[in-house]
Amino acid sequence: MELHVATRKGLFTVRPDDKDPVSTPSFLGDPVTSVLHDRRDGTLYAALDLGHFGRKLHRSEDGGATWTELASPAFDKKEGDADGPSVSLIWTLEPGGDDQPGRLWAGTIPGALFRSDDRGDSWRLVQSLWDLPERQNWFGGGYDEPGIHSILVDPRDSTNVVCGISCGGVVASSDDGENWRQTGHGFRADYFPPERKDDPSIQDPHRMQACPSQPDTVWCQHHTAVFKSTDRGDNWTELTEARPSAFGFAVAAHPSDPDTAWFVPGIKDERRVPVDGKFVVSRTRDGGRSFDVLDTGLPAEPSFDLVYRHALDIDPSGECLAMGSTTGNLWFSDNGGDDWRLISNFLPPVYQVRFA
Amino acid sequence: MVHVEFTPHLSRFLACPPLDVEGSTVRTALDAVFAERPALKSYLVDDQDRLRKHVALYVNDRPIADRTGLSDGLADGDRLFVFQALSGG
Repeated sequence: MELHVATRKGLFTVRPDDKDPVSTPSFLGDPVTSVLHDRRDGTLYAALDLGHFGRKLHRSEDGGATWTELASPAFDKKEGDADGPSVSLIWTLEPGGDDQPGRLWAGTIPGALFRSDDRGDSWRLVQSLWDLPERQNWFGGGYDEPGIHSILVDPRDSTNVVCGISCGGVVASSDDGENWRQTGHGFRADYFPPERKDDPSIQDPHRMQACPSQPDTVWCQHHTAVFKSTDRGDNWTELTEARPSAFGFAVAAHPSDPDTAWFVPGIKDERRVPVDGKFVVSRTRDGGRSFDVLDTGLPAEPSFDLVYRHALDIDPSGECLAMGSTTGNLWFSDNGGDDWRLISNFLPPVYQVRFA
Repeated sequence: MVHVEFTPHLSRFLACPPLDVEGSTVRTALDAVFAERPALKSYLVDDQDRLRKHVALYVNDRPIADRTGLSDGLADGDRLFVFQALSGG
């Protein structure tokens, strides 16, 4: 059992069952904005934000012992355009389908999708999505510019790709990214004028995750509430029983049970701390009709932890969960969230947790 | 020739010993640096070749005046310093 933890100050490998579970980090001192362990070939990828010196991408063939810097996803230079785009952050990395060896997708800020077919050696912008007319409505949420944070590749047909954008709703392609359509109907944006609150192109789905064995079921922790789709993100239904609050960032979908998902609630957007200081995980096991509040092993005292959108993950068995917080705490569960075990409370702020 | 030196911070990521290049402006000097060390380019400029916001350039003892066009003139024997700005990052 191994997981990778991307933080504000390096990338850690964690083996929860080891006596000393937290490794010496790779990239000590540098923000690691995304990590991907590609289960197709065991390769590890890490995206960095070096601040002064921009975003970078690295690849490891030996589990993180050594790293090679790769070309980073980048926009082509536009001569004569002083305001041309530049990638400021690699927000998410995802593998293509099992039938697409070498294929990687990268979601960035600003809101662009990049594709590699050679394990990250080279990248090209998915121009058709960049040219989608609705993109003009997208805007930044949390960051100054919009960004793609969720990329769902359909395991039944890897040419079906769905992306979540903050703030730009949901977009979908049925032809391997050649053409795109704005989907995501049924969301509600309480932060917009009433006439526009249903507009799909201004929605803020904080994170989307699909059930791998039934990928038409997609869960979303939206800025406004928790939603579920049963048609791969085209249409969404609000889950009004979510508790103790409707706000949060992270979501994990059970790998084989489409009725089960986990969330980590916070009070609301302008107060991003646990409700009543009580840090909990919520879980539904009936498709979103009801939610359990799980707190065994989580802090009994007042807590100020927030779990970012990529910082909750589930392993392929569906039993093991891990999450890391902005306060640098890392918890692990081996029974579906019923009980949690603190792995470390001395990590840097956690950006992503990902099982190997 | 212009003598170019780099912040030691950069040496954490790639080898950056000083070097001497031809260049009558900051832009042409940097182009010469990047031609010799292509891996360095993305560390100092963004996708549109704009100087990164938190990279500071000095010619001798003064910060460059034109951070957009990098048109500040250079004379033989000048020193170009590539620093990290003490902000952001």
